[in-house]
Amino acid sequence: MLLQFGIAFAVIGFMAAFIGLNLVVAKLLSPSNPSAGKSVPYDCGEAPVGVGYRQYNLRFYLVALVFVIFDVEIAFMYPVTAIFKDLTLEGWGGLAFAEILIFVAILTAGFVYSWKEGGLDWVREQIGAVKGAK
Amino acid sequence: MLIQTMTSLGIPELIAQLIYALLVAFLCVNFIAVYAGVISVVERRVAAKMQSRVGPNRVGPQGSLQWLADGIKLILKEDLIPDGADHFLFKLAPFLMAMGVAGTFAVIPWGPANSAASDMNVGILYLISITSLVVIASLMAGWASNNKWSLIGGMRSAAMIVSYEIPVALGLLPAILIAGSLNMGDLVSAQGWAPWDWIAFNNPFALLGFLLFVTGSVAESNRTPFDLTEAESELVAGYATEYSGFRFAVYTLAEFANTWVVGAVCAAVFLGAGQLPPLLEGSIPLSVAVFVGKTMFMVFVLMWFRWTLPRFRIDQMMEFSWKYMLPLSLVAFLGQAVYFLWTWESEVARIMVSHLMVLVFLGLFFYFLSRTMVNFKHQAVAVNSYKTEIDYLERMGILKPVEAVVVAEEEEGKE
Repeated sequence: MLLQFGIAFAVIGFMAAFIGLNLVVAKLLSPSNPSAGKSVPYDCGEAPVGVGYRQYNLRFYLVALVFVIFDVEIAFMYPVTAIFKDLTLEGWGGLAFAEILIFVAILTAGFVYSWKEGGLDWVREQIGAVKGAK
Repeated sequence: MLIQTMTSLGIPELIAQLIYALLVAFLCVNFIAVYAGVISVVERRVAAKMQSRVGPNRVGPQGSLQWLADGIKLILKEDLIPDGADHFLFKLAPFLMAMGVAGTFAVIPWGPANSAASDMNVGILYLISITSLVVIASLMAGWASNNKWSLIGGMRSAAMIVSYEIPVALGLLPAILIAGSLNMGDLVSAQGWAPWDWIAFNNPFALLGFLLFVTGSVAESNRTPFDLTEAESELVAGYATEYSGFRFAVYTLAEFANTWVVGAVCAAVFLGAGQLPPLLEGSIPLSVAVFVGKTMFMVFVLMWFRWTLPRFRIDQMMEFSWKYMLPLSLVAFLGQAVYFLWTWESEVARIMVSHLMVLVFLGLFFYFLSRTMVNFKHQAVAVNSYKTEIDYLERMGILKPVEAVVVAEEEEGKE
């Protein structure tokens, strides 16, 4: 098993090395004539107004929150699914399915709540206006 | 096998394993680099064909060396970092992007079962999780560039990949349930050579899972109709706006390498990988050829999507993921579990359902083909009536036919 993960690690490491090597080659071969005009951030050719690091819309945050919950769900669901076949062949399929169903039902309840509250709506009346919060 | 040969020659096992791992990694990375280059040219040619253009055809025969020219050009380009950018994150982002994509190549099989570089027991979970590096990379690139286009692109990319990761991961669950394993080799060997032995056509829920997986993967690899992160007409180039030179090339490389990942996972998990009929079983080259054929077909389907469908709007895209694909993927998973509980005892029911699925799919395919043929006929009529612009002008009497002018000139010369 160590070897299997070692191979995966080696592939990732080799990719990083490949890019690093190419960047070094590029550094040696490419010209470097920095000037004030070149290094201005691209803002459609105008002088940029303010900095690029700005506050960003809250809806991305809400989506990310729902995602975290579902990502954890996936982490729990994969092992159960992987052994579901063996459990069924041993006669425990019904019980396993009931457990999965309870888990998914709780999750779906949360999902439906978030949907009803408008957490999944991209376009809203105003930022932060959630239906129930009036 | 190679490890055993080396240990029998007296090399310590740990060093033999290390050599093996490095060799495999070397081959994988080289494959990624060459494949990404070649497929970038192929995609441009296919796109040109679909839009009645010529595409790149100058460098090498039929433009086949265009990717080398592009690569050399990008290496020779000046590497610019904008003012006020976060240098460390700006330089780190391309690395993470490429590493996230390259990591998946470790568990992708190349034809027969157990032909993946790393025969990991949690292969498919590893594949899902290592792709998440791409989210971090695009956010990092968007944030570090000190550019508003980059920031919007990076944020959109993160929101989109994060949203579509859930249907993709849940869409794989029916396949895992049928195979009863997370190992890629087991998923491949759970299938047979014939379409009715493929997981995609096992039952309606598995087919639903397959469709969800393909749709979600298109979004995850940032391709049209979900290419909002680098929508040229809106966001310049998204999170890659400020990148130039080889750092920019890394993003392109990752994007095109991703097409292989999507195609190969579709082929391996859903479309029977490189399984061969009983008569031909055991022939590794043939198995690899079948697998690569299926993968390239899926890659072609991705290109087809890209050049025929218009782009979604951002709110449509998010709604499509959360309000349609997520509930559907839960239906696919639970339905698959119920189906399995009902039919695991009766072989006959399973065989009937899978054959029926293939029949339904073939019916849909031929219906689609007949509709496409109608379109082709219309197009042929339109194209044949005015072959070229000059032809059109000649017919309209605006331009004199070329032959007539030449004949007239020759007659003048004779006199």
